[in-house]
Amino acid sequence: MTAIDANPPRGQAVPDWLGQAHPATLLTAVFLLLYPAFASSFFTFQIGANALLMGTIALSLMMLAGYGGMVSFAQLTVAGIAGYCVAIFGTNGSGVMGLGWPWWITVPFSILVAAVCSALIGALAVRTAGIYMIMITLAIATAFFYFVRQNYEIFNGFNGFHGVAPPTLFGIYLRDPLPFYYLCLAVAAFFYFAVLYAARSTFGLSLQAIRDNPRRMQALGFHVAAHRIFAFFLAGLIAGTGGVLLVWFNGQISPGTVSVAGVVDVLVIAVVGGMRKPIGPFLGAVLFVLVKNFAIDLIGADRFNTIIGLTFLAVVLFSPDGLLGLWERFKAANVTASSRSILGRGGTG
Amino acid sequence: MKIARRSLFLGALMLSALSPALAQETIKVGGLATLEGPFTVMGEDGLRGVRLALDEVNNEVAGKKIELITASSDASPDSALKAARKLVEQDGVQILIGPLSGSEGIAVKDYAKSHPNVTFINGSSAAQDTTLFDPAENFFRFSTDGVQWMAGLGEYVFKEKGFRKVAVVAEDYSFPYSQVQGFMVPFCKLGGKVPEKFWVPIGNKDYSSVIAALPDDVDAIFVALGGADAVNFLSQYQQAGGEAPIIGGSITVDQTVLGSKGKIREAIIGTSAAGPTADTWDDPRWTEFVAAYKKANPDGFPFPSLFAHAYYVNTKAALLALKEVNGDLSDGGKKFREALSKLKFDTPTGPVSIDENRNGIASIFITEVVEGEDGNLVNKVVKVAENVNQTLGEPQAEFVKNGPPSRDNPDCK
Repeated sequence: MTAIDANPPRGQAVPDWLGQAHPATLLTAVFLLLYPAFASSFFTFQIGANALLMGTIALSLMMLAGYGGMVSFAQLTVAGIAGYCVAIFGTNGSGVMGLGWPWWITVPFSILVAAVCSALIGALAVRTAGIYMIMITLAIATAFFYFVRQNYEIFNGFNGFHGVAPPTLFGIYLRDPLPFYYLCLAVAAFFYFAVLYAARSTFGLSLQAIRDNPRRMQALGFHVAAHRIFAFFLAGLIAGTGGVLLVWFNGQISPGTVSVAGVVDVLVIAVVGGMRKPIGPFLGAVLFVLVKNFAIDLIGADRFNTIIGLTFLAVVLFSPDGLLGLWERFKAANVTASSRSILGRGGTG
Repeated sequence: MKIARRSLFLGALMLSALSPALAQETIKVGGLATLEGPFTVMGEDGLRGVRLALDEVNNEVAGKKIELITASSDASPDSALKAARKLVEQDGVQILIGPLSGSEGIAVKDYAKSHPNVTFINGSSAAQDTTLFDPAENFFRFSTDGVQWMAGLGEYVFKEKGFRKVAVVAEDYSFPYSQVQGFMVPFCKLGGKVPEKFWVPIGNKDYSSVIAALPDDVDAIFVALGGADAVNFLSQYQQAGGEAPIIGGSITVDQTVLGSKGKIREAIIGTSAAGPTADTWDDPRWTEFVAAYKKANPDGFPFPSLFAHAYYVNTKAALLALKEVNGDLSDGGKKFREALSKLKFDTPTGPVSIDENRNGIASIFITEVVEGEDGNLVNKVVKVAENVNQTLGEPQAEFVKNGPPSRDNPDCK
């Protein structure tokens, strides 16, 4: 950590032993494991599992933006590619495509296709930075939406695919609230720790260095573009897995799933949660899912979208760093002056 | 201690005996409509229909209060599923009314199968598949589907108007497929020809390429577009000097189109269309409904849209069946659904009953756009087809041979 400017996010201790783990981490883990015991099936599935899988997709954006300084709008598109692949290569109820491959081939293959597409998107985008990268990835996301809406031979156009079901393993149907929740939890936890770990790896450190000073890294002999493209590939693995969960969660995928509104949702989740630590997107996803589901009960049918917008606006207004920043401020206010300043800049694009 | 424990036990018993009784005092009804996205105004009108039916009975059936819980979708199947899940699993509704749009209906019907104790009654979604293929035992549709809405139009334009060759311009999703099939099956049977069909995406702005490609030798154009799409196509067709008469789908010449200003007026005068409602039908049942709608919704449309009507009819069916079983849903709604299956009642558009697939049999109106007394354009009723069923009068086995409606089905060049 010496050669690098001490900008956040700093990798944390790899929690390979319980002894090293922070008590808050342990508490959170216990809470998440026991959550279905006291939550209704609706809260388990539509709040819990949904927040975990949306958090996973947003985590791929956090990884690119936080560690690589690359804001990509195409993460939901990558997830959508994986979701579409599951419907196209596996089975669906729409009578189009559905090659009927077994799930244990379909799923890894779909994730791989998504990751390769993500790397290709990266290859197009990494020569640019900031607003230009946002424009290129947004254009790709929009193009993909229009493409799947108008292509009937492979993507079944406007209707997309319905009747996409996860497999039944050992007599357990994975779509039932309990197994699906634990599946999402396992995937989310795996990628959460994988990102934490990767942030400390040689590659992760180089990526952060490239974020902070690409020209210096270039001069030192690092291949900047290759690092960034590989980061896109890794983010594609995360988003692709999230996309498989997404298509299983909805039981279907259609162009509406990968519309620009959905793309923006992922960005909102990441920004509202905070992009400096991998936990941020998950916090953002919990808030997002709760607000989306319950705003209509608070305010009625006419103005509930206003409440949704205002909530996110309020979070970002009071804390440029999202919920993470709020929490850290709260801590800082409660800790003695020896606490280090945490209001550095977030993952800038 | 023993006594305390016993009294605790007794108290618990009493509580548990009371709680279902308490829960039975209110009946929870979910209203699912598109309150966001491109169909927002239609979804709002749909809910107006629900409230209208509930207000008629003062939100009460057999001494039990009815609590309406609304949820919103954006016309995509995903969002309809999420909203349905919330209403059923979180809010615990026993009856769900909705959704609004075709592809949503198919998704909700699939979901209904996993909750056999909840009764699902359609809102205004009109895809044929929802009830004709692989129906759900607990999904009812007292409104009719998009194929039925075209009943009689094909024969009418062939015989009365003498059209023999018609080109089709329609949006590219499940509801217009149904509409095109409903128009074409009888039209082609009589010997009419449809040389070309143009499928355009929803929300298309520029129709110049479609207009340029329209064949010159057609007698008319069948336009199954809704809202802004219809306005855009018709005005651009007018500007391009198009002269062919227009035949409309059920949502082509609605209030938004009729109210539009400018030269487009001349283009749409004389347009024949068909649908489940007709604004200017002079039957007292309809005029009373319009008056009630206007009174309750001063900020609504000049006439209740077909969405308000469909939601109203479906809600009314639920209320009538509830009355029949005295508001008793304690058996998972079994008796209630039996009552629904046998239900026949009078709606603002005439008598309605349902078939063995639980799909509505009702009257369909053929209309023509004329200039009203006050200079506004209105849809005048030219013909009422009564008791139109889902298979347009054919035996089901025969009708199913047509196959599900799609871009290429039916076809008669």
